[in-house]
Amino acid sequence: MIENRPVSTFISHAVLLAGVAIVLFPIWITIVAASHDAARLLQVPLPLGLGDQFYENLKEVIGKGVGNTAPLGLMLFNSLVMALMIAIGKIVVSLLSAYAIVYFDFKFRMLFFWMIFITLMLPVEVRILPTYEVVAKLGMLNTYWGLTLPLIASATATFMFRQTFLSVPDELLEAARIDGAGPMQFFFDILIPVSRTSIAAMFVILFIYGWNQYLWPLLITTDKNMVTIVMSIKTMMEALEELPKWHHIMMTALLAMIPPVLVVIGMQKLFVKGLTETEK
Amino acid sequence: MLVAPQIIITLVFFMWPASQAVYQSLLIEDAFGGNTAFVWFDNFKELFEDDHYIKTVGRTFFYSAMVAMLSLSVSLVLAAMADRVIKGTGIYRTLLIWPYAVAPVVAGALWVFLFYPTTGIVSTFLTSIGYEWNHQLKGDQAMALVVVAAAWKQISYNFLFFLAGMQAIPKSLIEAASIDAASPFKRFWTIIFPLITPTTFFLLVVNIVYAFFETFGIIHVVTKGGPANATEILVYKVYNDGFVGLDLGGSAAQSVILMVLVIGMTIFQFKFIERKVEY
Amino acid sequence: MSHILLKGVEKIYPNGYKAIHGIDMEIEEGEFIVLVGPSGCGKSTLLRMVAGLEDITNGEVHIAGRKVNDLEPSQRDIAMVFQNYALYPHMTNYKNMAYGLKNLGTPKDEIDKRVKEVAKLLELEDLLDRRPKELSGGQRQRVAMGRAIVRKPTAFLFDEPLSNLDAKLRVQMRLVIKNLQARLGTTTLYVTHDQVEAMTMADRLIVLKDGIAEQIGTPMELYDKPETKFVGGFIGSPAMNFIDATLSSDFDEIQFQDTKLPLKTKLNSQSSNIIFGFRPEHVTLVDNSAMSLHVELVEHLGAESIIHAKLGETPITLRLNGHIEAKNGDTLNVDIDADRYHFFEKESGLRL
Repeated sequence: MIENRPVSTFISHAVLLAGVAIVLFPIWITIVAASHDAARLLQVPLPLGLGDQFYENLKEVIGKGVGNTAPLGLMLFNSLVMALMIAIGKIVVSLLSAYAIVYFDFKFRMLFFWMIFITLMLPVEVRILPTYEVVAKLGMLNTYWGLTLPLIASATATFMFRQTFLSVPDELLEAARIDGAGPMQFFFDILIPVSRTSIAAMFVILFIYGWNQYLWPLLITTDKNMVTIVMSIKTMMEALEELPKWHHIMMTALLAMIPPVLVVIGMQKLFVKGLTETEK
Repeated sequence: MLVAPQIIITLVFFMWPASQAVYQSLLIEDAFGGNTAFVWFDNFKELFEDDHYIKTVGRTFFYSAMVAMLSLSVSLVLAAMADRVIKGTGIYRTLLIWPYAVAPVVAGALWVFLFYPTTGIVSTFLTSIGYEWNHQLKGDQAMALVVVAAAWKQISYNFLFFLAGMQAIPKSLIEAASIDAASPFKRFWTIIFPLITPTTFFLLVVNIVYAFFETFGIIHVVTKGGPANATEILVYKVYNDGFVGLDLGGSAAQSVILMVLVIGMTIFQFKFIERKVEY
Repeated sequence: MSHILLKGVEKIYPNGYKAIHGIDMEIEEGEFIVLVGPSGCGKSTLLRMVAGLEDITNGEVHIAGRKVNDLEPSQRDIAMVFQNYALYPHMTNYKNMAYGLKNLGTPKDEIDKRVKEVAKLLELEDLLDRRPKELSGGQRQRVAMGRAIVRKPTAFLFDEPLSNLDAKLRVQMRLVIKNLQARLGTTTLYVTHDQVEAMTMADRLIVLKDGIAEQIGTPMELYDKPETKFVGGFIGSPAMNFIDATLSSDFDEIQFQDTKLPLKTKLNSQSSNIIFGFRPEHVTLVDNSAMSLHVELVEHLGAESIIHAKLGETPITLRLNGHIEAKNGDTLNVDIDADRYHFFEKESGLRL
């Protein structure tokens, strides 16, 4: 910025710090709660600092689960499989169709485009009930396929890859044609490497999207061995009639948020770049 | 055929369910699936005559507007500040990006914990200064809580876009404005804010869509639509009527209405994106 | 035998727009041919039709004795340098150059040998492991050329390769390209909108306007004997002066405004209304003449002076050697070299 008046800089930092504090406060409290035992969390006022039960709680939830749920280890695994299947599946499917839509002139191209496009931003929540019936008819309840395939159907990624491909200069395709690259070579040698920022960003978005799915897994998994960690939170909160076991719930919450948070922060640069450049 | 995988998935998991929804919305089925009757638009008629449904629609709009406003204004202020400071923009961004990764359900759980009537940190504090907090009983407090939780989660996303938008404004423009003796505050309102209008508008749509559909988890955990339906929004009602109440026809009709709504919003946004691409 | 042959080549877009009107041309092996014209004249389209990037609506294109109309670009044995270079951003410069050969199934050591050879030729040896992003405009330009050269194609196609460079570099690269081409002896088609570039580089050039070949010839043919008014005005800088004139009834004198100029030979024209053209450099200052101009502005370039003047309402530009003292409002008397008159038909713009 132009002027560096200490006062205005100070105010800016102060506001930002306040913002950060508000945003991170719930997360801090989660960590705090995950480090105390059950009894301490029922006493008013609740602690604001760390307790000493962190590893105890961790061991207990990972190994045994909470109440009647499956062990958290399994849930984390389920979540991971689901998130990866959704992210990778969507990326592969969308890359292919975006490639077809942008670079090939075929019959019904626009029809396909619109068909895919209409599914854009149409969350499963909206078509939840009929989709459930379809999956049930296909016998995919309580399977990873049932968990993931319907979520791969949304078109956000196709649309974003389309935008990315459209921004790739035509000359690159022409140069590749002169260099004797066929359609598949162009796709793998040129287009995918050139779009890797968007692909990485999409991966982050979709991984989180997949990881955080709630309603859909809630409906189609009745087997407790298929439960994902995000779902389990709700189960835990309802598990006991009286008071929730906060120390376990918060530990679970913490575990549920760590993988996506790591992914976001680890790939922050690519993610921010891809997100703000392709989606706009 | 390269599009084949997507087309098949779209057909099976989107077109089929969607047409099913449309079809079912024209049927009445009793809860045990025994008798089905074709009733044309009765389900829709019933919905629009249903006071409860109309109220839910109104509530959903109110809720979405509140979430969007709260989240947008907080992130706008933060982004403006982050854009101003020379050092630490990256650090602030890293710190503020967290909630984006948190699942709605988890976010809901965190906020419930903070506001749990008897033991929550914030609620006991509020009670101690004389403000009775119990979102399990008071509808307006329940609404406030879900709004805050939903808005909190969306701050990261909005912040990223606002910041990117502001950093895309050429420095020379800001410099020109400061030569024209505009104060920092004035510069923000007369130069920066108008220039990021496209971003703001885009975010507005995204936030409303988000509040409409993606906050199901938050509501489910925090209030279950209660107390006394005070926080029941449209998506929640679809779920509730369909899976809990087993009114398949009514639920399907609601789905269809939602679909039309989303398609409308999507087309609206698409037009907007296309326009943005032009300049 | 001609190396590249264009036979009645036409391009009509699906919307009915005719971008190229029947172009015929024979290009000899090793010739440097420049396609020049204002933007939108179809010169790039024509080049891309030769490359195989645009369909040929009518007519035929032959390269090295083969009809290539239906061949893929990669089968035509050509290489192309693009305006924005079109380097693959994710590949090193080495890989950029090697990619085409790799697709042809050339053995690895052969690729390596050729890439290194070309890199040496273009002084790119130290840059091979970098990516295009890390290079300056001039270096990228050289990589793009290298990519074309390693292929050892029958013909090079250049699409405005220098227009993204700054003025000084452009002059340098002009020489580099011209020298390279002379050394390699590869037939070259080169598109530019810059007539100086066209004049300095071409063995022969095609001037295109609205998809029509106005004239094909060597630079000096075009300069000395432009076939149309358009070519006269397009080739040469500053541009040729044009004055509406009347031809006398016995065809040996023209008149414009107060000036009468006798002609050395009789002019054969249907109409007495013609256009008289002369180049700014083909005039001399005299004390007394039939033609006096009102000076508006003088540009001193050191070695020469460009004088912007008016004859009545018609703007006239003069280019004279040395430092000419003149200022706004002065009157200058000039003689035009009588061997360097140009005449064009008023309606068609054709040379008389």
